[in-house]
Amino acid sequence: MLLGLLGAGSKHGYELKRAHDERLPRSRPLAYGQVYATLGRLLRDGLVTATGQDRDAGPERTTYALTDDGRAALDQWLGSVEPPMPHVTGALFTKVVVALLDADVDRAQAYLIAQRRAHTERLRELTAVKTAARATLDDIVAADYAIAHLDADLRWLHTTLSRVADWHREVHS
Amino acid sequence: MTHLQARGVVKAYGPTPALRGVTLDVAEGEIVAVSGPSGCGKSTLLHCLAGILRPDVGEVSWRGDRIDTWSESARSRLRRTEFGVLFQFGQLVAELTAAENVALPLLLAGTGRRAARTAAVNWLDRFGVAELADVRPGEMSGGQQQRCATARALVTEPRVLFADEPTGALDTLTGEQVLTQLVRLAREQRTTVVLVTHEPRVAAYADREVVLRDGMVDHTGLGFEASLGGGVR
Repeated sequence: MLLGLLGAGSKHGYELKRAHDERLPRSRPLAYGQVYATLGRLLRDGLVTATGQDRDAGPERTTYALTDDGRAALDQWLGSVEPPMPHVTGALFTKVVVALLDADVDRAQAYLIAQRRAHTERLRELTAVKTAARATLDDIVAADYAIAHLDADLRWLHTTLSRVADWHREVHS
Repeated sequence: MTHLQARGVVKAYGPTPALRGVTLDVAEGEIVAVSGPSGCGKSTLLHCLAGILRPDVGEVSWRGDRIDTWSESARSRLRRTEFGVLFQFGQLVAELTAAENVALPLLLAGTGRRAARTAAVNWLDRFGVAELADVRPGEMSGGQQQRCATARALVTEPRVLFADEPTGALDTLTGEQVLTQLVRLAREQRTTVVLVTHEPRVAAYADREVVLRDGMVDHTGLGFEASLGGGVR
């Protein structure tokens, strides 16, 4: 992500953090320590270079830019697809399996129902972000990403809820 | 204040019960989703609330008046003036242009031709299809038709909009754009909305979701495909 932000023009650490938090408003804000640690690694690997220092009324700041290797690494990353892995190790799935192994059908169902409520509530919050009169495309695209994933989980929760009794019988037979 | 109310509504088609005693209160300006699997009775409930169908048993009230006892013509007048209805397939009149379709409810209510046309084009513009004002439905995409139908349902600035799977026939992006605009306008004008859907993602546009199962309001939280007891798949 930092390479991508530098691809749009050289920046110093603070500008990188700000650009990250602006572009990905719904992800966790970047900590400064994380920005500088990552920049340190990128410098070491020759993917970025320090192009200058300036000091306007504050502490001295180093500006960073992509090197040719950095540009190549960014292009490679952008050109490769992520493995389409189902999130089978996710806490949601694990909890349902454990609830079924360890408890009875009612407990597993109670968990599924409670989880579905929480998912539905979050879905409603994210949808409200999209329908707000002042929503920007930044907000909408980020909300869409989360909504699509929650929606997939919800569909799975629904079908699992109706399969839970049979599944319990199978697991304990 | 309760705007719209159903009390113990029962409705059957021949021997098949569609609603088996539904009670529901909708407040003014509220956006309520009625959801549940196919055949749970959600469309029938919408038709009863909108005064299109009369319940076999039970009451439907609008601002304290029992509309289920009204004559067909009185209910039809109510639907023209206070209610807007939107279905899955826009049901535009094929022979009329988009602007004529949208102007239709205003003309029926006695608005002059020129004022109705101006309002219609204005509403088409709110749904981003003003350039289609003089185009007939046959030459439009499904998404464009549904935007026109939504504009037509809202042109009279109804107190309540009844929408039955309004985006069911649209692709995801178009559906979301139509819903977003519909919800924004409803909030702006404090229009009450009853939105029937089987999709959680669509229901999330509402302030509140009422789940129906087998013709009754489901308070168990199970809802949808789930059913209790043995032998479920």
